[in-house]
Amino acid sequence: MTSYKTKKSLSRAVVYLMLIIAAIIILIPFIWCLITALKSPQEIFTDTLFPSKLMWENFSIALTAIPFIQFFKNTMTILIPVLIGVLVSNSLVAFGFARLNIPHKNFWFTLLIATMMLPGQVTMIPQFIIYQQLGWVNTYLPLIVPAFFGSAFNIFLLRQFMMGIPKDLDEMAKIDGAGTFTIYAKIIMPLVKPAMTAIMIFTLTGVWNDYQGPLIYVSDVDKFTMAIGLSLFKGEYSVEWNMLMAATIIMILPIIIIFFVAQRYFIEGITVTGLKG
Amino acid sequence: MKHRIKKEEIIGFIFISPWVIGFFAFTLIPMLISGYLSFTEWNVLTGLEGINFVGFENYSEIFTDDEDFWQSLKVTFTFSFIFLPLSQVFALALACLLNQKVKGLKIFRTILFMPTVMPAVAVSLLWMWIFNSQYGILNRFLAIFSIQGPDWLQNPKTSLSALIIMGLWGVGSTMIIFLSALQDVPSSLYEAASIDGITPFKRFLYITVPMISSTIFFNLVMGIIGSFQYFTQAHVMTKGGPLGSTLFYNLYLYNVAFEKYEMGYASALAWIMFFIIVFFTALVFKSSTLWVYYENEGKSKGKKMKGEQV
Repeated sequence: MTSYKTKKSLSRAVVYLMLIIAAIIILIPFIWCLITALKSPQEIFTDTLFPSKLMWENFSIALTAIPFIQFFKNTMTILIPVLIGVLVSNSLVAFGFARLNIPHKNFWFTLLIATMMLPGQVTMIPQFIIYQQLGWVNTYLPLIVPAFFGSAFNIFLLRQFMMGIPKDLDEMAKIDGAGTFTIYAKIIMPLVKPAMTAIMIFTLTGVWNDYQGPLIYVSDVDKFTMAIGLSLFKGEYSVEWNMLMAATIIMILPIIIIFFVAQRYFIEGITVTGLKG
Repeated sequence: MKHRIKKEEIIGFIFISPWVIGFFAFTLIPMLISGYLSFTEWNVLTGLEGINFVGFENYSEIFTDDEDFWQSLKVTFTFSFIFLPLSQVFALALACLLNQKVKGLKIFRTILFMPTVMPAVAVSLLWMWIFNSQYGILNRFLAIFSIQGPDWLQNPKTSLSALIIMGLWGVGSTMIIFLSALQDVPSSLYEAASIDGITPFKRFLYITVPMISSTIFFNLVMGIIGSFQYFTQAHVMTKGGPLGSTLFYNLYLYNVAFEKYEMGYASALAWIMFFIIVFFTALVFKSSTLWVYYENEGKSKGKKMKGEQV
């Protein structure tokens, strides 16, 4: 009996030990980033690990050296319409697939599934050409407009979620004289809030983190987003690693906050789609 | 009666019309255009008049006379074949640890998962500093064991390994997928095994691994597709260098299209990428039971989203 107990607590200790090692390995880059961001320029290229004096002013210098406030505003200019588009379009389409009669529904749904794994790189070039012909290059329109037409993954996710809502609710509302749109807006939408929240959070981090999109479509520096602004910063401060790390922290801090507030949605979203958000 | 059904169907179609329009505008028509362009020689700077039909010339040039193309395929597949097995092993090991019934696991899950949501551009900058040959933390650590670390990103022999190491730091999302797969394994199987006195290692080998094999397979295939989309890290950290050692397929495609503006040639490259991905996607559809599960179990999915599973 005692040997069983010792064995069990021993294996528990091993589990903790290995988890602690893994957690330290994961955290070191973050800590290293913060340590560097607080160093003086002279201290970066010395063997000392910790800064002798914490240079918090590095953050304010980094914030003003490059128009990060402008880049933040630009990112928001893209993000807000995208969120609205994602909210409206995906839910309408998902509702149609989950609840309504549609001619050749199976055909359209199969097509939706088929496009789910199509990487954007395949359509990237002709899309660029179309936007160029429309005069949309160097505007945010190529990054915003597609959001209003739904994306296969989000539609699929919401549709699955809506399938789980009892149909009786719709029927009862119909008897009460509710139209299709009322059922969508008043009954289904409030019930899919958890799934919708997950999608909105993924969209938010997706826009914030997007690099290739703005890189292709935005060329004026005053229109840069945070992500490409940071790489511009890298070009100008190529050896001032304390500044670069301060800027990196500025970029990741909002994401860390969102992650801690809404961690549940990140983890569930990945569990459901089986994919990285 | 018949008229009423028709009206209903029209309403239904209106609801899905945003996606249908989007499918034509952002997928089908662009694909047709790029299909045509792949048979042309066209520098976008010459305007639409500059489009010059050349038949299969782009494709034959790509396959017979384009070292960068073969290099980018080599880099992409090398990355896949080293990174993916390693990441599966690490992710599964961590998931197994997190699947133990001990207290305080949530905090570990949070920490291990955190890197995967970080912006790739910020992560790239951070790791460039970690990989710094003289003052980076990695070589400082190696110096403790009197190992002279390489100049990771400037050396063609180590640059791809550096990106692989950085990728393994973000193994958290794969770990979460495994964790949920592990939680779906019926505990009765383990109970039966422990009654029969089977060792934990054999239990893992004969129960856990077969039960999660479809997840492993799914991850591998999605990983290969993902490595064809690998871009930001390579663009920020190495620009494909040194000596093409990190020239990922997507980066090469980007360079041809948006640095050289050779849209015809780039379209051909995009179509080759498309066929490679279709091939691997077909593998998923054919052999993974995951999709069957998605299709028929909408309800249990809904439950999962509400957080009963995790």
